[in-house]
Amino acid sequence: MVWVNAIVQGLLLGGLYALFACGLSLMFGVMRIVNLAHGDIAVLGSFLAYSIIAATPIGVLGATLIVLPVFAAFGYLVQSGLLSPALRVGPLSTLLATFGLSIVIQNALQQGYTGDTRALDVGSLISASLRITGQISVAYLSLITFALAVVVLAALQLFLSRTGTGRIMRATADDPEAATLSGANPRHVYGVATALAFVTVALAGLMFGMQSSFSPSIGPTRLLFAFEAVVIGGLGSLWGTLLGGMVLGLAQSLGAQYDPAFTLLAGHIIFLAVLAFRPQGLIPARRTA
Amino acid sequence: MTDLLTLSGLTVHHGQLAALTDLDLALAEGTTLAVIGANGAGKTTLLRTIAGTHRPTTGTITFAGQDVTAMPAHRRAAEGIRLVPEGRRLFPSLTVEENLLAGAYRTRKGPWDVPAVVELFPWIGERKRQSARQLSGGEQQAVAIGRALMGNPRLLLLDEISLGLAPLVVGQLYQALPRIMAGGTTVLLVEQDVSQALRTADRVLCLLEGRTVLSGTPAELTAERIESAYFGLTRTGGTS
Repeated sequence: MVWVNAIVQGLLLGGLYALFACGLSLMFGVMRIVNLAHGDIAVLGSFLAYSIIAATPIGVLGATLIVLPVFAAFGYLVQSGLLSPALRVGPLSTLLATFGLSIVIQNALQQGYTGDTRALDVGSLISASLRITGQISVAYLSLITFALAVVVLAALQLFLSRTGTGRIMRATADDPEAATLSGANPRHVYGVATALAFVTVALAGLMFGMQSSFSPSIGPTRLLFAFEAVVIGGLGSLWGTLLGGMVLGLAQSLGAQYDPAFTLLAGHIIFLAVLAFRPQGLIPARRTA
Repeated sequence: MTDLLTLSGLTVHHGQLAALTDLDLALAEGTTLAVIGANGAGKTTLLRTIAGTHRPTTGTITFAGQDVTAMPAHRRAAEGIRLVPEGRRLFPSLTVEENLLAGAYRTRKGPWDVPAVVELFPWIGERKRQSARQLSGGEQQAVAIGRALMGNPRLLLLDEISLGLAPLVVGQLYQALPRIMAGGTTVLLVEQDVSQALRTADRVLCLLEGRTVLSGTPAELTAERIESAYFGLTRTGGTS
């Protein structure tokens, strides 16, 4: 029964990883930008929410409603001010630019919040759980996170396949100049893509912050999980990212059940196995950006 | 009839090389102009400069009474200048229908929508959901034309739609042009296939090494004059 419990917890954890990873997948799919600051942006979101909760009475839900639009604007600005100029120089420049952004965020957080670990206060929700059988109970917070991940991924998928902006985003990913000839301004399209990516990663940062503690330097460790989820699932496929997140969560959870020391190692081993035997990922990209 | 497009003193460089030199051109609304010329005469550069994906060194481009020389390509597309680019450039990860809809991203009011394009190229109706990368060259060309039409262009720029296609397929594509022109769309087409250009256009302009060497209506131009201008055998000068 403890193993069944580990499986359930692992799959639910996978939802969080998928939510966290889909922004990375989107930015790579649309702009071929590997955002090395992805993890730090999630942590920045957690800290912003932490400050809002500390300074106002609006609580975690209100803080979320503030953080998400702020990060949409932040994403658009980072794209148009930093990444677009770097894109014109070449793919290596975007890598360096996001690496620089990562360092700036980490150090700024260190400066402003010290190196202490924090957590977002969600009140009684932190310990509330749904008892399924005697030995299996599922935390509401995990369920909410998983549901959010599915909703966000489905919404992104619908946006990309059904809306005019989503369609031109995929078209721009294919051929920016040809998209220009249809009236698309690549800078704007890229700005919208980055804004969406930042919103999802901020949301993931908030969910991380509610379930575990965070500190200014934890971003790069988290980034690794996002990379693993994306690569396991298949680069550029959103549902693949969900599957990849779940496989990663499952591996970590089962590894932890066997021996807590194996938690991260089990995830890395699965990741390496996929890279070695199925480098295109479990669900290779077909039509999505 | 007023001029929809005016180019004056247009010089365009590819690096050090002048692709077009001091070119003047006026295109009346509702007419069709064919630009012919050998490889490297500057035809594609001319279209790309009008569409805004290539910047002129000097000279001005006026479209519908507005100086668009400094306007970025995406805004020109929204204003009604649509280029069907060399090599078709469909979006391979999108379906045929999505390629058409992408063309309508910044569309103007007008008669063109998916059903109208399907009416023009009926086979698209059954293959809307196919990926664009599964199409043959001629089919891709038809979809590329359809995608440009979805923007309801005032000026349609066609870059060698016959390139690499069998004569039968080229004939079918050109059969669609009169229906496009009937909607009032002004067409500027670039073509290596001179006879096809002569059959289609109201006026023909021949480029040689970036300069206009011959221009006139198909009726005015004899095969001999075109031949000598095309190959630069004798300089006939920039008549117009």
